[in-house]
Amino acid sequence: MAAQNIADVKGRTEELASVVSAARRKDYIFAIIGVLVLIISMGMLVALLYDLFVDGIPRLSWDFLTSFPSRRPANAGILSAWVGTSLVMLVTACLAIPVGVMAGLYLEEYAPKNWLTDIIEINVSNLAGVPSIIYGLLALGLFVYILGLGRTVLVAGMVLALLILPVVIVATREAVRSIPVALKEGAYGIGADKWQTMWHYIIPAARPGILTGAIVGLSRAIGETAPVITIGALTFIAFLPPAPVQGTPPFVNFDWLSAPFTVMPIQMFNWISRPQEAFHVNAAATGVILLAMSLMMNAIAIWIRYRLRRAHKS
Amino acid sequence: MKNTRLSLLTLLLAGIAVTGAQAQTPIVLVDGSSTVFPVSEAMAEEFQNAQGGAIQVTVGNSGTGGGFKKFCRGEVDVTGASRPITNDEKALCAESGVEFIEMPIAIDALANVINPGNEFASCMTVEQLKKLWEPAAQGTINNWNQLDPTWPDQKITLFGAGTDSGTYDYYTFAIVGEEHSSRGDFTATEDDNITVQGVSGDVNAIGFMGLAYVTENADKLKTVAIKQANGECVSPSVQTAADATYQPLTRPLFWYISKGASDAKPEVAKFIEFAFQAETQDALVAEVGYVPLPAEASALALEKFEARHTGSAFDGGSKVGVTITDLVTAAGAGN
Repeated sequence: MAAQNIADVKGRTEELASVVSAARRKDYIFAIIGVLVLIISMGMLVALLYDLFVDGIPRLSWDFLTSFPSRRPANAGILSAWVGTSLVMLVTACLAIPVGVMAGLYLEEYAPKNWLTDIIEINVSNLAGVPSIIYGLLALGLFVYILGLGRTVLVAGMVLALLILPVVIVATREAVRSIPVALKEGAYGIGADKWQTMWHYIIPAARPGILTGAIVGLSRAIGETAPVITIGALTFIAFLPPAPVQGTPPFVNFDWLSAPFTVMPIQMFNWISRPQEAFHVNAAATGVILLAMSLMMNAIAIWIRYRLRRAHKS
Repeated sequence: MKNTRLSLLTLLLAGIAVTGAQAQTPIVLVDGSSTVFPVSEAMAEEFQNAQGGAIQVTVGNSGTGGGFKKFCRGEVDVTGASRPITNDEKALCAESGVEFIEMPIAIDALANVINPGNEFASCMTVEQLKKLWEPAAQGTINNWNQLDPTWPDQKITLFGAGTDSGTYDYYTFAIVGEEHSSRGDFTATEDDNITVQGVSGDVNAIGFMGLAYVTENADKLKTVAIKQANGECVSPSVQTAADATYQPLTRPLFWYISKGASDAKPEVAKFIEFAFQAETQDALVAEVGYVPLPAEASALALEKFEARHTGSAFDGGSKVGVTITDLVTAAGAGN
């Protein structure tokens, strides 16, 4: 009996061991595939960046940043392009972040759970997948032709804001959803009303997630070309929009919103298709600056997040 | 925390608060073909410099068709075109009451290019090119020896301009005989640099592109001469395009100028007068890789502009072999 039991246990252990080792093997194979995929995708990214930097970095100079485009590649610069991109991004951020965050908070915390909310939710998720050119056409028809806003910085900022709105909304909702329920219940428990809970507990706790979403959205917007071309961004423009701040009262000036403009991706696109090799180098240098601008936005977000977290804790 | 945010915003604003131009400065609005863009850009840049910033010029890059759409809505003053205005576009302009003055701004030649290692196809006839590019060639004309029995039995790789471009329209018109009609099994690209790469990497490739791309890549490509009616093989070059001996692929590039804007906005008239000076033409057009108008043609063009002769010399499509002088006078004489 005992011997049989031992044999039985031994048999089962062996069976178990084989199952475990099979599972380990699968794990192992999966890990190898994962590493391979990672190497391939990172390798491609590194190769692309390397190529861009090798071509672009030697061309970078202060003059390149402070000159207007020119027919002579050596004199050409990206002043109008980076100022245009900065202004458009400013408009986009000012529109998309408040509206997106509010919409996300409403959908997550306030909206009644019914079929209308469901439809809105499905549509918001789907909107994130709509090709950007469609937004461009919408903006051309609605903002430029029907509303008569012209082919301006404001319209470009609006179309890019529309484009990234779903990203901001989804990120906000995810961020709010990941907050422990205990935090909310605790707030209610000490007598906070809904708005107080929202303002003092939920929004601060969700802030890192919201900021990340906003940056992902803005990083997408900064590289967009199609919708901005559709609404009529220019390619050669050798003057800047009026400055947003001025020395005389009222110190701020909104004329820049209605100014014609160009943006970095358009300038790159134009240079890359020119016959002269020197323009291709300019395009690479523009790419480097565009990457730097995108990283700078990330850095600002990280910094704000860090500051807020410290302020929140104290 | 609030202060942080505020100071950040101020910093951002200050960063972009470079003293801009005044909104009151008169602006000439130019748009249109990407082929004409380098010419328009050079003109705009130099004109702004000459005016010391008193007049500004912006140039868009919407393509020939996109440019005409804006032009006929009265949104721009000048639009560049790499083909003549079509009848549909004329109707569109007429509908909104935009009258246009058609001016050749520069001359371009389309070059057939082959790999430098290709020793046999250095001169081709229009018939051979037609046989190669016409719609019926798809799937049947695949090898070089089908065009000339003495050529090798090697598969041809084809590259060409994107089918939305004026370049494609003109090439098919001049070679195949029908605008916008060709075989479909070739690599079509809006970026001629792709064609340069493709042809320079494949000894059996042939493609076509604007002269400026050939000049810039002279070490990577070889041009194909075209056998003319008199039996002479003529290669595409600035010289043969200027004297119109390279046929049928020498083509004019156009500016369409709004008559209304020329009358209402003195800055537009000034800009046009600047662009058609013989010195401007010689210096700027050549610099960006195109062929300047002959001096007498630019003088005639200016006369045509001063007289505000509107209308198109073309019947809604391209014509082969029109000399530039014909173009400015023919349209100037009639309407």
